[in-house]
Amino acid sequence: MPSLVIQDLHVAIGEKEIVKGLSLTIKSGEVHAIMGPNGTGKSTLSKAIAGHPDYTITAGDVLLDGTSILAQEADERARAGLFLAFQYPSEIPGVSIANFLRAAVQARMAEGEELDATAYYKRLYAKMDMLKIDRKFTSRSVNEGFSGGEKKRCEILQMAMLEPKFALMDETDSGLDIDALRIVSEGVNTLRGPDLGVLMITHYQRLLNYIVPDYVHVMWDGRIVKSGDKSLALELEAKGYDWVKKELALA
Amino acid sequence: MSTLTETKSLVGAFTPEAFAAHLASLPPGLPAWWLERKRAAYARFAALPLPGRTDEAWRFSNVGGLTLDGFAFPAAATAVPFAPIGIKKSAKLVFANGRLFSREVLAADLVARGVIVDTLQNALLRHEALVKEHLLAQPPKFGPGKFSALHEAFLADGAFVFVPKGVELGHPVGLFHYALGADAAVFPHSLVIADDNAKVTIVEYFGSTVDTEAQFAAGANDLYAGHGAQLTYIGKQDWSHRALSFQSNSTVVRRDARVQSLNLHLGARQARHESLSQLQAPGAFSEMLALTVARETQEFDQRTLQIHQAPNTKSDLLYKNALLDQAKTIFSGLIVVDADAQKTDAYQSNRNLMLSEEAEANSLPGLEIQANDVRCTHGATSSRIDPEQEFYLQSRGIDKTTADELLTFGFFEEVLNRLADDDLHAALRTLIQTKFTK
Repeated sequence: MPSLVIQDLHVAIGEKEIVKGLSLTIKSGEVHAIMGPNGTGKSTLSKAIAGHPDYTITAGDVLLDGTSILAQEADERARAGLFLAFQYPSEIPGVSIANFLRAAVQARMAEGEELDATAYYKRLYAKMDMLKIDRKFTSRSVNEGFSGGEKKRCEILQMAMLEPKFALMDETDSGLDIDALRIVSEGVNTLRGPDLGVLMITHYQRLLNYIVPDYVHVMWDGRIVKSGDKSLALELEAKGYDWVKKELALA
Repeated sequence: MSTLTETKSLVGAFTPEAFAAHLASLPPGLPAWWLERKRAAYARFAALPLPGRTDEAWRFSNVGGLTLDGFAFPAAATAVPFAPIGIKKSAKLVFANGRLFSREVLAADLVARGVIVDTLQNALLRHEALVKEHLLAQPPKFGPGKFSALHEAFLADGAFVFVPKGVELGHPVGLFHYALGADAAVFPHSLVIADDNAKVTIVEYFGSTVDTEAQFAAGANDLYAGHGAQLTYIGKQDWSHRALSFQSNSTVVRRDARVQSLNLHLGARQARHESLSQLQAPGAFSEMLALTVARETQEFDQRTLQIHQAPNTKSDLLYKNALLDQAKTIFSGLIVVDADAQKTDAYQSNRNLMLSEEAEANSLPGLEIQANDVRCTHGATSSRIDPEQEFYLQSRGIDKTTADELLTFGFFEEVLNRLADDDLHAALRTLIQTKFTK
């Protein structure tokens, strides 16, 4: 069974260590949520796994289906089955969503293989309909002038088109009103299944009402300090992050 | 002896004997004023020094690369490649080594309405007054004009397009200029007159049949938009990568007329492109666009002038360059607003995308304003690929090279989006793409 294994991972930005020995195993079909206060290293974790060049992995390993991905460029990791849904997706002026996704789909095809344009558009439109994205968006520049909700829906659209094995979702709920949150969550729930593992990063419990996780982890100062099932998220919501802090102090 | 050496260096292959042979090769019956102008132009060319390092009009240019030696006057062509711009055209003229090679004539109804798409030689014989009024009528404004004079002296034939009052052409007119053979020297010219309220799109292409032959081109065009006319001009320069190219374009915009020009610079080893827009009457608007893909050791030298000669005129210039390898670009642009050209609205922008550490982009934006109630803005920027945008694309599985290509196209799209014609937009995008995959 496909798995994403994070082993004792240490990540630094410049000289500063942000993630300080984090281990986690995600199996295909599972949805894990990582919760934690701001500045605890959640986003750093997701960007480092995706291969952002600004983040240095100083120790530990990340294995996708048993193979270390740390020596791979971001695009190789993506083609191997990893997907990062960005908290703040980049705006790319002049590159239409249709051309962008086409290039991404093409990148996954064998050398010399031609993309079937008709089939591609058919699939694209079906996914857009599912996410309630106006078809006119295909000719718009990627994320340029999009509202927060549109950007997040566009992230999920990409995920739906690229069919990753593992998705890292960084604060997918941030900047969304309830309607947008519902649409985005429905999208993720549709994609959920035995062939997809998800690592959801969130600050708030709210998202977990819509995308119910199998496991919840609490991250604090670069490490996972507490793990449990979805009830942990509710407990955290009721007691606040200070509760974790106190428990940590006692331990 | 020293005089002889000096004379040779000033004219190179374009000797008095070569000029005499050129005159002798022209068909009989050409107007005397035209031949006289050519003789005067040759005298100017021969007398003017080659641009030097201290010439302001050639600042930043590699003046050492400006050689006139070793070029030849090639024979008529026997075959040329099929025109590479896949769009529907109203008419087409194909020139090879300065001679008409083939043509696709206008539909009979357009001929009946007075539209003319013909050679310049025929126009000199049949429409002499029109040609005399517009052909190379603007004095050189980018330095003393040695290469403009050379063009005028050796210009044998070119294109003549006339669209009469109120006539609109549904499809572009295609004008193609090919240089064939090693060391070929060519002097392409197009004269386009859109009379009052006429509407026409011109697509002009400059290319070589072999990409590795040293060649020489000194071209020019004259665009005239009468009252209320709408003239769109697309120029694509794709000479051989060993060619030396000079092109001087002049645009005259009359009352309420609108001219949009887009020049695509892809070919040549060293190419200078001068573009002059004169806004001569209220309501005139000139939109000047250019896209350049500079790679290897190519040098693209673009000089522009937006001259506002009447009140309530508008000009909008956007030149974008993508630089790879050790390529070099120069943009030198000047907005001139005459004293009575109040309410002028002029914009000038040069943006450079640096795709290599070794590439060099030079920008010299400038203003010269005599009027006091105007809006003029200008600016130049150079930027690199945004690493966050690059990471975003890579995180979707797109490799770095393809990601940079997509981002470069994104950078160009702002210019291509200004074209109203979607087919033309798509055709140009494809043409640029071929340059990247070369």
